[in-house]
Amino acid sequence: MRTDDLIDQLAADPRAVPAGTVPRRFAGVAVVGALAALVLVLAWLGTRQDLAQAMTGRMFWMKAAYTALLGVAGFWALERLARPEGVARKALLFGALVLALFVGLGFGQWLAADPEHRRLMMMGGSWKVCARNILALALPGLAATLAVLRGMAPTRPALTGFAAGAFAGGVAATVYGLHCGESTMVFVGTWYTLGVLGTGALGALVGKWALRW
Amino acid sequence: MTETEAALKALMLLGLDGDAPAYRLLLSQLGGRLRVYFERRMRDAPGDVEDLVQETLMAVHTRRATYDRAQPFTPWAFALARYKLIDHWRRRKVRAAVPIDDYVEVLAAYAPEPGSAMDLDRALETLPERQRRLVRDVKIEGLSLAQAGERAGVSEGAAKVALHRALKSLGERMRGRADG
Repeated sequence: MRTDDLIDQLAADPRAVPAGTVPRRFAGVAVVGALAALVLVLAWLGTRQDLAQAMTGRMFWMKAAYTALLGVAGFWALERLARPEGVARKALLFGALVLALFVGLGFGQWLAADPEHRRLMMMGGSWKVCARNILALALPGLAATLAVLRGMAPTRPALTGFAAGAFAGGVAATVYGLHCGESTMVFVGTWYTLGVLGTGALGALVGKWALRW
Repeated sequence: MTETEAALKALMLLGLDGDAPAYRLLLSQLGGRLRVYFERRMRDAPGDVEDLVQETLMAVHTRRATYDRAQPFTPWAFALARYKLIDHWRRRKVRAAVPIDDYVEVLAAYAPEPGSAMDLDRALETLPERQRRLVRDVKIEGLSLAQAGERAGVSEGAAKVALHRALKSLGERMRGRADG
C-alpha cells in the first residue's frame, strides 16, 4: 500500500479521543482487580472472624495504607510507562521509599522486642501462605492490567510488567487484609511485601513476552 | 525545531478532538519526517524504510490515546518510531543501541521539497506576532491560558479564543498551501 493511501484511510476516521484516557483505564482496572480479589476472599478464604472489631484498630488501617500506597506507586509508574517515551523514575522511587519506611519501622520494632517474642512477630500464624495468597488474589487484576497495556504503547516490557504486578499486587494485598488477622508490622513488612514484589516479578516475566506490539 | 514541535502538536491536539483535515495533515507531515529518520538509520535496507514509516503511522493512530496532551508531541511520536526500528532489527536478529533523542537532528535538518508540502515552520511564521506568541507560550512553554493571557495583556477568556483562532488559521494556511 502507498503511504498516502494509508494516511487517507487513517484520517478518514479520526474519532475524538478524550483526554485522560490512560489514567481512567487503569482506574477501571483497579476497581475490577479489587472486586475480583474481594470475591476470592469471600468465596475462598473468608473474612477474619474479628473483622468488625479489627476495623476500629490502628494496625488494620496501617496495613491497608501500606499496601494501597504500593498499589498507588504501581499505578503512577504505569501511567508513565504505558506511553512510549514514559519514564517512571519518580514513581518507582516513591514506591521504594514507602517500602523502605514501612519495612524499616517493622524491623525496628522487631529488634526492640523481647527476643522470645520475635519468632511469633515475624512468622505469625500464616507466614507460609501469606505471599502465595496475595499472589493468587492478584492474578485477575494482573491479567486485566496486562490486557489494557497491550492496547497502549509501552516500550519497556519487563519494567512495565513489573509495575503492572506491583499495581495489581498492591490492590490485592489491601483486600487480603479483610481475611488476614496478622497484626505486626514486621510480618506485613516481610510477607505482604514479598507477595506484592512476587506479583511484580511475575508481571515482569509475563510482560517481557506479552507486552510486545 | 521548536516551531515544528509547536505546529505538529497543535495539529495533533486538533486531531485528537476529531478534526479530520488537521489530523490528515499531521500524518503526512510526520510521515515525511519519519521517512528521513528511517532512511538515515537503514542505509543497508532502504527497501524496508517505507514499511517502517507505515507501521509507525499506524501506531500513532491506534495508540494515540497514550499521547499526554500536557507533553511535547515529537518525543512521543519518535519514541514510537524508535520502538518500531528496534523491533525491526530484533526480528532480524540484530542488536543495536538506538539513542533516544537523535530524532532532533532530523527535525532540524528536515526541509520539505520546494513547492510541494508546506513548511510548518513557515506556516507558523506567517501568523501575526500576537498569535504566534500565544501558540508558543501555551504549546511549547506550557503556560496556562491565564498566564499567557497575562503576558499578552488580555483576559484568560480572550486568550482562549485567540489561541483557538490561531490554531484554526494555522491549519487553514497549511492546507491552503498544500492544495495550491
